[in-house]
Amino acid sequence: MAGSTLHDGLTPLNAAPTQTSDDAHGYYTLGEKIVDPVAPTGPIAQRWTTRKFENRLVNPANRRKLNIIIVGTGLAGAAAAATLGEGGYNVKSFCYQDSPRRAHSIAAQGGINAAKNYKEDGDSVFRLFYDTVKGGDYRSRESNVYRLAEVSTNIIDQCVAQGVPFARDYGGLLDNRSFGGVQVSRTFYARGQTGQQLLIGAYQAMERQVAAGTVTQYTRHEMLELIVKDGKARGIIARDLVTGEIETHLADAVVLASGGYGNVFYLSTNAMGSNVTAAWRAHRKGAYMANPCFTQIHPTCIPVSGEHQSKLTLMSESLRNDGRIWVPKRAEDCEKDPRDIPEEDRDYYLERIYPSFGNLVPRDIASRQAKNVCDEGRGVGPMVGDFRRGVYLDFSDAIKRLGEPAIREKYDNLFDMYQRITGENPYEVPMRIYPAVHYVMGGLWVDYHLQSNIPGLFVTGEANFSDHGANRLGASALMQGLADGYFVLPNTIREYLADGPFAPVSEDDGAVVEAREAVRSRVERFLSINGTRSPDSFHKELGHIMWEYCGMERTEPGLRKAIDMIRELKREFWNDLKVLGTADSLNQSLEKAGRVADFIELGELMCVDALNRRESCGGHFRGESQTEDGEALRHDDEFAYVAAWEWGGDEGQPVLHKEDLVYTAIEMKQRSYK
Amino acid sequence: MATPTLVRGARATQSTITLKIAMAVSGILFILFVLAHMYGNLKVFSGEEAFNSYAEHLRTIGAPIFPRTGVLWILRVGLIASLIVHVACAVTLARRAGRARPVQYQVKRNVNSAFSSRTMRWGGATILMFLIWHLLNFTIVKINPTGGETENPYRLLVDNFGVWWMTIIYLVAMAALALHLHHGTWSSLQTLGLTNSPLARQRAKLAGWVVAVVVAGGFSLVPLSVLVGITK
Amino acid sequence: MIGTMNLTLKIWRQPHAEAQGGMREYQVSGISEDMSFLEMLDILNEQLQEQGEEPVAFDHDCREGICGSCSLMINGQAHGPEVTTSCQLHMRSFKDGDTITIEPWRSEAFPVVKDLVVNRSAFDRIIQSGGYISANTGSAPEANSVPAPREKAMRAFNVATCIGCGACVAACPNGSASLFLGAKITHLGELPQGQPERYERIVDMVAQHDAEGFGGCTNIGECAAACPKGIPLDVISQLNKDLRTAIKAGR
Ligand SMILES: Cc1cc2nc3c(=O)[nH]c(=O)nc-3n(C[C@H](O)[C@H](O)[C@H](O)COP(=O)(O)OP(=O)(O)OC[C@H]3O[C@@H](n4cnc5c(N)ncnc54)[C@H](O)[C@@H]3O)c2cc1C
Ligand code: HEM
Ligand code: SF4
Ligand code: FES
Repeated sequence: MAGSTLHDGLTPLNAAPTQTSDDAHGYYTLGEKIVDPVAPTGPIAQRWTTRKFENRLVNPANRRKLNIIIVGTGLAGAAAAATLGEGGYNVKSFCYQDSPRRAHSIAAQGGINAAKNYKEDGDSVFRLFYDTVKGGDYRSRESNVYRLAEVSTNIIDQCVAQGVPFARDYGGLLDNRSFGGVQVSRTFYARGQTGQQLLIGAYQAMERQVAAGTVTQYTRHEMLELIVKDGKARGIIARDLVTGEIETHLADAVVLASGGYGNVFYLSTNAMGSNVTAAWRAHRKGAYMANPCFTQIHPTCIPVSGEHQSKLTLMSESLRNDGRIWVPKRAEDCEKDPRDIPEEDRDYYLERIYPSFGNLVPRDIASRQAKNVCDEGRGVGPMVGDFRRGVYLDFSDAIKRLGEPAIREKYDNLFDMYQRITGENPYEVPMRIYPAVHYVMGGLWVDYHLQSNIPGLFVTGEANFSDHGANRLGASALMQGLADGYFVLPNTIREYLADGPFAPVSEDDGAVVEAREAVRSRVERFLSINGTRSPDSFHKELGHIMWEYCGMERTEPGLRKAIDMIRELKREFWNDLKVLGTADSLNQSLEKAGRVADFIELGELMCVDALNRRESCGGHFRGESQTEDGEALRHDDEFAYVAAWEWGGDEGQPVLHKEDLVYTAIEMKQRSYK
Repeated sequence: MATPTLVRGARATQSTITLKIAMAVSGILFILFVLAHMYGNLKVFSGEEAFNSYAEHLRTIGAPIFPRTGVLWILRVGLIASLIVHVACAVTLARRAGRARPVQYQVKRNVNSAFSSRTMRWGGATILMFLIWHLLNFTIVKINPTGGETENPYRLLVDNFGVWWMTIIYLVAMAALALHLHHGTWSSLQTLGLTNSPLARQRAKLAGWVVAVVVAGGFSLVPLSVLVGITK
Repeated sequence: MIGTMNLTLKIWRQPHAEAQGGMREYQVSGISEDMSFLEMLDILNEQLQEQGEEPVAFDHDCREGICGSCSLMINGQAHGPEVTTSCQLHMRSFKDGDTITIEPWRSEAFPVVKDLVVNRSAFDRIIQSGGYISANTGSAPEANSVPAPREKAMRAFNVATCIGCGACVAACPNGSASLFLGAKITHLGELPQGQPERYERIVDMVAQHDAEGFGGCTNIGECAAACPKGIPLDVISQLNKDLRTAIKAGR
């Protein structure tokens, strides 16, 4: 472990931060500091075991009487539904798709990490923990991350038992590979469809519980409000997307596993329906939103081809192992056929700036540099707006060196996909790539039990903020989703449920009626504004603003401008929206309108968060905080904290609660890739 | 809409696949039968005597243990039973398929299926009608369109195929049979679960061609030879 | 603009499940060949929205060919003329002046919800009836304690790539879901972990398939040709074989 020693996990290794800058002054109010009320203590390796023992059990006879709502059927949601169902709880599972199996986890390609150390290459739980904290630029909680690394091995066991067809070697044992620049082989995979296979495993386990009667599934249902009664989360209001009926579902606890909100950027690698609505509705009901500006931008996506573009497609990062990234040295050459541009007129900019890492620099660096060269007017591919947004990823050297068959064997399916989408043959013409929003590290604030600050509201998977800090390692999101769903939540939620069943809430209760009415009037409002613009057009505009000012590089003036623009957009949205059709049938524009409305509010908070955090860390790069060579510069003394934002009301300002990050097991280090 | 609940107490024998297995087994029995039948027909080329004694032989197999035409009757009963099973399953599956798509497409293109596979039901019905006619013609009523002998199998055959429209009916039926067997052979192997790899599938499809050509071709030789005057 | 096309679209419109539906004709212009098929429909929808006509409803989510949401019958072919999903079909497969007919999947078991959207919950119920391996969380043995022969694991993986889109049903002249069913039976049946429940699974899943109103298979093969994931016909042979074994075992 390069230069790091083991610590006892008891003594703090860093001082609490004190923020001296205040860029977001005027946009927020400062609230009380917060701490994780259930944070474990003691030697780090013992914390989870001890906590599992300390948490109370729920009498099996009582479980049937305990109702749990789970919103989301991705890895985090389906795994939790299956496990809690097996445990005998009464689970209701919601998703907006027509089947739980279609949740966006299905799209993950690369793989899932686990500290199995099958290759005997020095991997361990501690190393996975260490890599994850370091990769997250020391903005995650060490106890949570350690637990994640610890249960990672159980995940693989569980998935294999369910019939997930992971890649195997000739002896029939599991194969794994190294991923995303990590030096050990700990990524388990099922060709390029790991997410699909894992999700199908979790889905099947969940369907088994549907058959057993412990889980009831509500597909094509969208959660539109959280019911909070006496300070506790007690249910949700959901709209049946087919009949339009607004339904009340009551429960003893609510779990949000509703995925990430990368679609706030309009174009992203997320599914078209991925949204923030479930989380945002909870936020407006009091749940804190943590580090909302932490976004991961993936460098190897297929570039935008025109204004019509509706989503971006990721291509595996492994392409950077053999492809060389370049743009023309002169802007005049950008229109030329790349094959006609001689070697001396090409700028292999990553190799030039980072001679030791070259094309394999981390995701955020590769992404930012691509943006820089395109902003200089040296991008390639079609003009989109005023710029060409693309850089070449050239395999001609690799083909010369290794031969076409070798390249074909490695990347055939990716090259095919590229050709299908762009119509260009990457064996002949260099590929074009461009960064795209891929993942959000931010999300609802949760404690060690994955419980938000609203008792009874639990948040798992990408929807929470807890484990990846300011940047996520490749193949760790799948790990987190399944860790939360199979192994963590079922062991923490019981501590809360041990006090249940809670006093029944009636459908006519004030809090319930209010939530239901809020949904009804919102739906009516969307349909009655009767302006001129479609929900999609607002979404696109929001995406432009976010990408421009809250994307790969953020600056104080840019963020201020973005906040103004978003506020203006919000006004226009509520005055000029047009939604056709009715409330009592499938109405995709109506669904979209609700999601866009929430994205707009989220977008503003993301900008405020980014403005406040005057440091560069992980996926968050502030122009004002860089070294002389343009590298990210972290400020641990000021910002080693989680920014947990409280909703300040429609007219008020968000309230910032800081949770200090204190490390006892590893020391903080500045990274360097030069 | 179909049942939104889960089936309890399912039995393997009550499935659509069981119907198909019954069709496959009965279909294979038919294939064996038509192969034998065709072989017999080819005796025509050995002359009147050989053919008639073969026809007689069919009636006396197993004698004296079995009475005259005893074994023939056992075969006939077996074939009739198979036919009932085969047709009943075909009708059940066809009706099921009809119900499975109550609204038709405005435009539907079939891109990868053999013509024979999509015409099994029409082909089957054609064969069934032919079968009835054929039995009336040669076995039950024994119709000689030229008004000639009916108790001499060889003459009955040659006289029949001397009439052009009889030949045409026969050849059309053979074409239907060829199509039916082209798909039926491979299909029965697939239904019995014997084509679990691309290679096995390829072989089964080849078998379909072979059986179709051999059976339909073999049967057709007889009327064709009458038509061109080789057999008189 | 170079390389753009004008197209005539004939689309099935149906306001809701009980309503009478019918084909409507629309014109779209300026379609670039780099657009995906669904982006072309997005353009139509923006156009309809401007004209005050309700946009055409169609299922889609990932637009990457993996979630299985998209489900369009395009010119009589499930997912259109290429072997891919509707969302991964690009407009360069069409040419200027083409007329494109777009219909929903047609199957008794997939009733139309609206326009081009159908209800495929029958597939979920087929999985509920046995498309899983019973392994409660926490009960799993160490992953490498049971080796799985590589050949079998590969076959399992190849067929586990089914995305549950239903194109096989849509393309099948009998409206059968045997390819979907066979893919799951083969996936679980090839793995050591799938053995204990193997024959119980097939009987229950086939019974559910039949009860949902899907047709019986006659091995025509349109399903495999339409399948965007290239699930091969031999999974249906496997399905039949396993059922035959189940009959023998008296299930
Ligand atoms: C293209 C791509 C590739 C990736 N590759 C990898 C990889 O190789 N390795 C890796 O570790 N990670 C990868 N990731 C990240 C990872 O896939 C996700 O972070 C993870 O799957 C999220 O899982 P989840 O369960 O939290 O949410 P999701 O799978 O997004 O599920 C969200 C669920 O919530 C439901 N939902 C949302 N809102 C509502 C609402 N309002 N009402 C009702 N239901 C709602 C949805 O229906 C859905 O069921 C990738 C991501 C993308 C986009
Ligand atoms: C000499 C007569 C016949 C032979 C040799 C024969 C043979 C076969 C065979 C081998 C199959 C394939 C079964 C399977 O798929 O597993 C088949 C299928 C079929 N047969 Fe026949 N058959 C004959 C007569 C008939 C008749 C009279 C009918 C009609 C009513 C009929 C209707 C069908 C149909 C509809 C199928 C399709 C089912 C399928 O492909 O699975 N057949 N036949
Ligand atoms: S077998 Fe193919 S066509 Fe059928 S549901 Fe699966 S992926 Fe779709
Ligand atoms: S939209 Fe997901 S497969 Fe087409």
